[in-house]
Amino acid sequence: MAGPLLEARGIVKSYGHVEALRGADLALPPGEVVALIGDNGAGKSTLAKILSGVEPPDDGEILLDGRPMAFSSAEDARAAGIETVYQDLALCADLTPAANFFLGRELLKPGLLGRLGLLDDAAMRERARQACERLGVELKSQDAPVSTLSGGQRQGVAVARAVTWARRVVFMDEPTAALGVVQTRRVLDLIRGVRDSGVSVLLISHNMQDVKAVSDRVEVLRLGRRVARFDTAQVSMEELVGAMTGARG
Amino acid sequence: MSGRLLSAQVFWIGLVLVGLLAAFALLRPASFATPFNLLNLVSDAAILLLLATGMTYVIITAGIDLSVGGVLVFSAVAAALTAEATGSLLLGAAAAVLSGLGWGLLNGVLVAHGRIPALIVTLGTLGMSLGAALLLTGGVDLRAPGELNLGLGLARWLGVPHLVWICGAITAVLGFALARTRFGRHTYAIGSNAEAARRAGVRVGRHLVTVYGLAGLLAGLAGYLSLAKYGITGVSAHSTDNLQAIAAVVIGGTSLFGGVGTVAGTVIGVFIPAVLQNGFQILGVRPFWQQVVVGAVLIAAVYADQRQRARRDQ
Repeated sequence: MAGPLLEARGIVKSYGHVEALRGADLALPPGEVVALIGDNGAGKSTLAKILSGVEPPDDGEILLDGRPMAFSSAEDARAAGIETVYQDLALCADLTPAANFFLGRELLKPGLLGRLGLLDDAAMRERARQACERLGVELKSQDAPVSTLSGGQRQGVAVARAVTWARRVVFMDEPTAALGVVQTRRVLDLIRGVRDSGVSVLLISHNMQDVKAVSDRVEVLRLGRRVARFDTAQVSMEELVGAMTGARG
Repeated sequence: MSGRLLSAQVFWIGLVLVGLLAAFALLRPASFATPFNLLNLVSDAAILLLLATGMTYVIITAGIDLSVGGVLVFSAVAAALTAEATGSLLLGAAAAVLSGLGWGLLNGVLVAHGRIPALIVTLGTLGMSLGAALLLTGGVDLRAPGELNLGLGLARWLGVPHLVWICGAITAVLGFALARTRFGRHTYAIGSNAEAARRAGVRVGRHLVTVYGLAGLLAGLAGYLSLAKYGITGVSAHSTDNLQAIAAVVIGGTSLFGGVGTVAGTVIGVFIPAVLQNGFQILGVRPFWQQVVVGAVLIAAVYADQRQRARRDQ
């Protein structure tokens, strides 16, 4: 196996007296889906925030392609090709899907008009439409604001946005938590599609069925540390739950 | 909603305005629907239009600016004092615009970086700017330099006052910028979901400072134009400017929750109260009715917005 694409070593993070992470490790090989699981308070979200640059670690290092990285903001992580689908999706409900797709990266008209900040809405709409189509996210209209979309469609827009921009890694924080059966299946298909396009996925989830269905590898976090790693194909649901809760470790 | 100059709501309130105009024109064809009267109506509303345009940007970010009337008066006083001291109208205008910008930037910094609610920040700067203006003048109204009042205050081009051209042009440019530029897009994004905008790389703090600065700058310019038009600083005449501007913005379909609105709607929102007032005067209805009707229209507009959101968020 080649070395991991993204690796975290000995990450420590405290909030006041609460030690959220006590030397957590994580390895994300290229072109794989890794599930990060753990009970509430195990430190999953904190680790994801640190890896996506939202918060700095107190100690430990992050390696991308074996080179140490220091992300001081989500923008740094994005510049390195890492995108995040947040649990709350981080969509602007009043804007169109295309406007959300390109938020912070708007396409401007060519020439002087662009210099003045004039948006090229037609180009953005077309590219957003193509991205949605490619990933099977069906929208009736690209002109209706996100607030008019169903939960599944919103999820689709958020995932499609992240995938469009991610060159290396996509983090997904509980991407199916709010979804029904059909929509969940669609998001899982999307995750496989992302992996097949060569981008690694870190899936943070509570849902063992999802984890079994879509991941290649599972890393288990408990009390701020990695306590187990599994090959998904060779692990049972009971073993996963046991590792999470500490019944077996 | 963004990226469009016109929305469905703007269309409907536009119809209301057209209906009002038609009704008054039918009732008093000889006095209401005359070029003279309509021009008066427009030039009375022009200065409020500047305040309301700045307010539109602020409210779309889910903020509010209560300070505009105080900033307007302060800027008018700054302009009058500067013009008198230097003998230069240009320096007077610069003093007005810069002091407006200064108050606006102060609002923006306190809202964006001080994390104080905009309602409180701008209520504070309303008092501060008005109080400072009164301190500078000793509580009396200053007169405008004669060449300003008789010059810019009266000047016309194609029969329309310069004041109207200036306010109209600025409003048009800012309306276009809101709908079609990256700056406008970020304004909507922040009002819609500031955290999402921040995570997407939008500099939310800096953008808010700019938006409040713009509203202040427009209030400063409005102060100079008001000084030109009325010939006095009007220290006690602008205590309800903020409410008038907010009412115009909200009647025009901009949501107080942020993320939604257009300058085109605000223009209509400025003219509905103005047409009512003018029409009532001509009909001989006591002018106090205008306040009653505008208040009711305001409540109806917000009610409609709430209903729409509730339906949408289901």
